[in-house]
Amino acid sequence: MSSSAETAETAGTAVRPAAAVAAGNRRPATGDGLDLGQQSAARRIKDVVAQVVMWLSFGVAIVPLVWILYTVVSKGAGLLATSGWWTKSQRNINSDDVGGGAVHAIQGTLLQAGMTALIAVPIGIFTAIYLVEYGRGRIARVTSFMVDILTGVPSIVAALFVYSVWVTVFGFGRVGFAVSLALVLLMVPVVVRSTEEMLKLVPNELREASLALGVPQWKTITSVVLPTAFSGIITGVLLGLARIMGETAPLLILGPYTKSIATNLFSGNMPTLPTMINQDRTELGIAPAVERMWATALTLILLVLLLNILGRVVSRFGSVSR
Amino acid sequence: MSSVTGVSAVDELPDGDHPVGGLTSTGRVGDRLFGGAAQGAGLLVIALVTLIGVFLVAQAVPALAKDQASFLTSRDWSPGGDAPRFGIVELLWTTVSASVIAMVIAVPVGVAVALFITQYAPAWLKRPAASLVDLLAAVPSIVYGLWGALTFRAVVKPVEDGLQTAFGWFPLFSRTGISGGTIFFIGIVLFIMVLPIVTALSREVFDHTPTTHKEGALALGATKWEMIRTTVLPFGRPGVISAAMLALGRALGETIAVTFLVSTLAPGSPWTFSLFNGGETFASRIANNAAEFDSPQKTGAYIAAGLVLFLLTFVVNAIARVVIERRKAFTE
Repeated sequence: MSSSAETAETAGTAVRPAAAVAAGNRRPATGDGLDLGQQSAARRIKDVVAQVVMWLSFGVAIVPLVWILYTVVSKGAGLLATSGWWTKSQRNINSDDVGGGAVHAIQGTLLQAGMTALIAVPIGIFTAIYLVEYGRGRIARVTSFMVDILTGVPSIVAALFVYSVWVTVFGFGRVGFAVSLALVLLMVPVVVRSTEEMLKLVPNELREASLALGVPQWKTITSVVLPTAFSGIITGVLLGLARIMGETAPLLILGPYTKSIATNLFSGNMPTLPTMINQDRTELGIAPAVERMWATALTLILLVLLLNILGRVVSRFGSVSR
Repeated sequence: MSSVTGVSAVDELPDGDHPVGGLTSTGRVGDRLFGGAAQGAGLLVIALVTLIGVFLVAQAVPALAKDQASFLTSRDWSPGGDAPRFGIVELLWTTVSASVIAMVIAVPVGVAVALFITQYAPAWLKRPAASLVDLLAAVPSIVYGLWGALTFRAVVKPVEDGLQTAFGWFPLFSRTGISGGTIFFIGIVLFIMVLPIVTALSREVFDHTPTTHKEGALALGATKWEMIRTTVLPFGRPGVISAAMLALGRALGETIAVTFLVSTLAPGSPWTFSLFNGGETFASRIANNAAEFDSPQKTGAYIAAGLVLFLLTFVVNAIARVVIERRKAFTE
């Protein structure tokens, strides 16, 4: 894998002298400079090698994808087909019992993601509005820079930060809401960046027309700019949700697992799909637990995929340039 | 996308104080509230990032003050008790070397995949190919961890054995007894995880290569590869660099997949530069010991490690940002 891209260069240089000689032999009469219609063998070989390398690289990218999906589907699909998976929790199910349900974890993941979106979406959209519609000068530049930094903050650092505020300073417990707070840090930059892109696509004439009619700027933004960019913003939100749903690091630090259904974000443990995987992973020797683990992984992938596909569909059928 | 007049929507936005919009007093109040909310959100983001730094420092410092070992150069990690000894050199080595391995593979392959999608793929394949690579980014990292540890490991192990046999004389490839996840293996899995990032961003810049440049090169008799080398690659270089930086930031901070893959070293095991050694990264050390956060001293030690990780990713992302800014200055 590693050498595929380098081979293009090395193969090319290695071939050059021999091929140059060959080309010279074949057409002794014409000088290279006048040979307008022909390419030397070396150049042609390089071209072909490059093309082969590109196709191979694409293969390298696709193999793991297919492999991962195949692994997860082949090992986990069985449980998903049982109705209990979607209606029951793991309550009273021991590690070596077959099956059980994932509804508690699905619920927990959705609840935490929903709470995260509730906080992160307004912050993200308003920040984007600020950057595109209002932002001038130093503060706007610093904000934009900080959004970039926030994009790169590792999830474990976000979790440590929330832990140090929520648990160490305030003395609260490790509850679902704390997880949501950590996820907010990860979701805000995604929402800001995608909303920003969409707002930039809104034609300036729309703003000017609205302002020329005497509409105040805030009304221009809320009733002209935002509706025009609406579908794009929704796409950004969905992709942001897809990103945070698969995050596990904050859950390890802030969201302990439990086998029963729990819907209170502010007290007690709350199960989620990633922590359910993590739970069953500790029992790799027990076949039912392993099967459950893969089934949970498949459920998580399906959930994330669904959001991704939804996001793409929304963006395709409602783009700004209507 | 662009406006009818050809004026870019980004550059010339109406100014904040419009005499027209300000004729009614309600508009003014609304404007002030709405603008205030927008600016407030912006300031909140600045405050959040600053607070992350401040809180991590504030809680790391007391723990660091009690540290009996040198934080930067020690390999010990026993943060509890009366005489805590902890240092990060081993974490730093594992984190950085695994990420570097990932980047060494991911950048050329990612660029090649991006070139494939933008230049080589037949028209009908472009969209599906791009979506497929994006799909790789949609797979949650915990799934990479499971797949890597339980399925992929068995395939890479023989490759590692071969490398150790062939190049064992070279310190980086010297033989170790580790059979679980090695630094090399973590690097390979990270490569797969960051590949879509490199590809997506590179694809975008390659797509924006001016057609005139490309046609010019072809008209001068360049082969397709020569055209790419002389027009597409130079044009996209800043984009590729920033993509690589963003991917590096992601690789450095990747937590759960790495946590599933690492093999923890026994305390006191001899130091080796071998890439086939085990060892933990910053993120996996913190995640593995999340249950240990019982005293401020212990927590502080892990937060100190998290702080170093934060600084690392901060620097990498800041570099990416600067490169992007420079490119903007060039193209406008």
